[in-house]
Amino acid sequence: MKEFKILAVVVILSLITYWGVEPFAHSQMHKHVEGHNFVYDGAADIAEATTEKAAAKKAFWGEVNQIAKLPGNAAAGEALFGTCMGCHNGAGINMGGVIPPVLDHAGSLYDKKYLIALIKDPAMASNVDHKYAVTMMHPMGAVQAMVTTPQQIADVVAYIKAKKVGKMTPQAAYEEACGRCHANRYGNLTQLGETPKFKTEKEALAHKLKVLDEQALVEKYMGKLPPDLSIMIRARSEHFMETFIENPQTQLPGTSMPRVGLTKEGYEQVKAYLEETGDPSKEARHAIGPWVILFFVIFTVLAYLWKKHHWKDLH
Amino acid sequence: MAHFDEKAKPFSHKWLNERMAVDTVKKVLSTEYWIPKDINFLWAMGMILAATFGLLIISGIFLLMYYQPSVDSAFDSVNYTIMNEVGYGWLWRHIHGVAASVVFLVIYIHMFTGIYYGSYKRGREMIWLSGMLLFVLFSAEAFSGYMLPWGQMSYWAGMVITNLFEGFSPTIAGGVANFPGFVEWLRGDYVPGQAFLTRFFMLHVFLLPLVIIAVIVLHFATLRIPHVNNQHGKEIDFDEAAKLYKEGKKKESKVIPFNPVFLSKDVFVMGVYFILFFYLVFFHFEFAMDPVNFDPADGLKTPAHIYPEWYFLWSYEILRPFNKDLGLIAFGFAQVAFFLLPFLDKSPVVAPANKRGLFKVWFWVMIVDMIVLTVMGKLPPEGIWTVIGLVAALVFIALFVALPFITKFEKKA
Repeated sequence: MKEFKILAVVVILSLITYWGVEPFAHSQMHKHVEGHNFVYDGAADIAEATTEKAAAKKAFWGEVNQIAKLPGNAAAGEALFGTCMGCHNGAGINMGGVIPPVLDHAGSLYDKKYLIALIKDPAMASNVDHKYAVTMMHPMGAVQAMVTTPQQIADVVAYIKAKKVGKMTPQAAYEEACGRCHANRYGNLTQLGETPKFKTEKEALAHKLKVLDEQALVEKYMGKLPPDLSIMIRARSEHFMETFIENPQTQLPGTSMPRVGLTKEGYEQVKAYLEETGDPSKEARHAIGPWVILFFVIFTVLAYLWKKHHWKDLH
Repeated sequence: MAHFDEKAKPFSHKWLNERMAVDTVKKVLSTEYWIPKDINFLWAMGMILAATFGLLIISGIFLLMYYQPSVDSAFDSVNYTIMNEVGYGWLWRHIHGVAASVVFLVIYIHMFTGIYYGSYKRGREMIWLSGMLLFVLFSAEAFSGYMLPWGQMSYWAGMVITNLFEGFSPTIAGGVANFPGFVEWLRGDYVPGQAFLTRFFMLHVFLLPLVIIAVIVLHFATLRIPHVNNQHGKEIDFDEAAKLYKEGKKKESKVIPFNPVFLSKDVFVMGVYFILFFYLVFFHFEFAMDPVNFDPADGLKTPAHIYPEWYFLWSYEILRPFNKDLGLIAFGFAQVAFFLLPFLDKSPVVAPANKRGLFKVWFWVMIVDMIVLTVMGKLPPEGIWTVIGLVAALVFIALFVALPFITKFEKKA
């Protein structure tokens, strides 16, 4: 039938245009970064490293992979973990640029090999060693003097992986993994955590001053204040978020954002929180959408019968 | 003085008829507004546009209740207040955003239908011109609306487009076409800022919709006398055909009344359209809401790629491959080329493009060229894309320069 032929032409031309300006154009505008499924074995770091750094990275990750094979003793690790609590105590005090993260869910949030690497050399593990090349020391650098032997590292990580685990809310995951640098104003979070309700304007302003002070420290350490993540989930594609969080250097070479070493599970939780603040209508959309479409399907069927009625004796 | 029946009940049919001639109005505008029978679903695009415009107004009114035109709070009033706090605010926003994008798809289909069937000449020039005026107004409306969420793309698109109004370089023709200070006057500031946002807000929610409604009325009015074209471009004696229809000889008559016969088909096509439309609203709205605009406006951080929404890409790509002055000329040409169509087409033949010899080639090359320009307009201007873009822009210009000759030749044939 002629109308279907016309419809096919219109639809095909529209789809070609859509394909050109959306999937195709975006594939050309953004370089493709291969994800590595939240496995942290240094392969990506070695591949992207400059020739003078490649050897050091290879050696470093080689050792990390070796330590990962050692059987860790969680009980011995517990004693050593006490030294970590000197900084990771939840007091919310900035140390060398950032507030040390709470480690309550570290075993679930962070990958085993990443934790090993982090204790061995925080800058290398986070893939931001370019930042500390000459004068600066990584804020967590002191750990290298506290947990020294491969066995000690294996023990501490075994302890974290055994005891610092458990169900966490998406918000807790976000706060532990991202919240020290990134505010989320739609989630009522600053770098100091959730903003409480204040009775007086004076108290609110005093808190705001504290936040500004903290932000100034983070800014000084990072080079710029890391962006608020309220609706980042809509500003970046899913693929970008995933590969960027796995290894920020792949998407933004030279960035001071450290790799956080999230496990797949940890990433899902962080993503869930970003969706909560940035795309809260998802559930409602999926609940209402089919009914609205069904309404218009019925509408169209009735309209077709009405049309048939009026057009039947025209030809 | 007309006769008024003292006994007629206020607001009864008779009472209203005596005062407002409602029966006559109904006949003229609806039940005896004759439409050719020989049409296809493309003839429903006008009603679809009207319906989409209605959706834009209704959703716009709801958004307007919460939107704050301030550089400090605009972004969050859209992305937090409307999207998180207001009940179904997200639905109104997605309807508004998707409709703003889809309305251009339908405008282009409507426009190219008109070109294909030659519905812009032989008495239908004013339909075409008022339609093109609507296209320009919708473009301005879309652009001003795009400024309002005050995201990165709002800010930088606003910067790039207002920069165009600087005019030509001062060295061209002694600087007569260079307007120093005009861009600042337009923006109310040196860069897009509060004054810029507030005036585009005013344009978007007041002045432009008002003018658009007026021109829609004009567009409808221009249709009334020349009547809607038909699939074969046949000239119809509407009086005779209407007489046949009214006598009950529906099969012999070449026309149908707008209401209810034409309308019943329109409403059916509209139903199909709304299924697609609401599928997009609920499940595929990202194409109409660029991710870059979910980063708040930042005058110190230029996005890696700045591009307009898809419906402006073809004219953007005519501007881009050239240097500034040539680009402006080419851009200006692109803006008026379609307006001039009734006068560039020298052939008196009103028929589908496929029955018009060389014009058939012209039409399909034009369509392909528009698509190529659109895609190239989005791609980064690098390597082969620049070359393809330049060729497509030159082809566009050549097409419209060649049109009078092609159609003159057709007349002889």
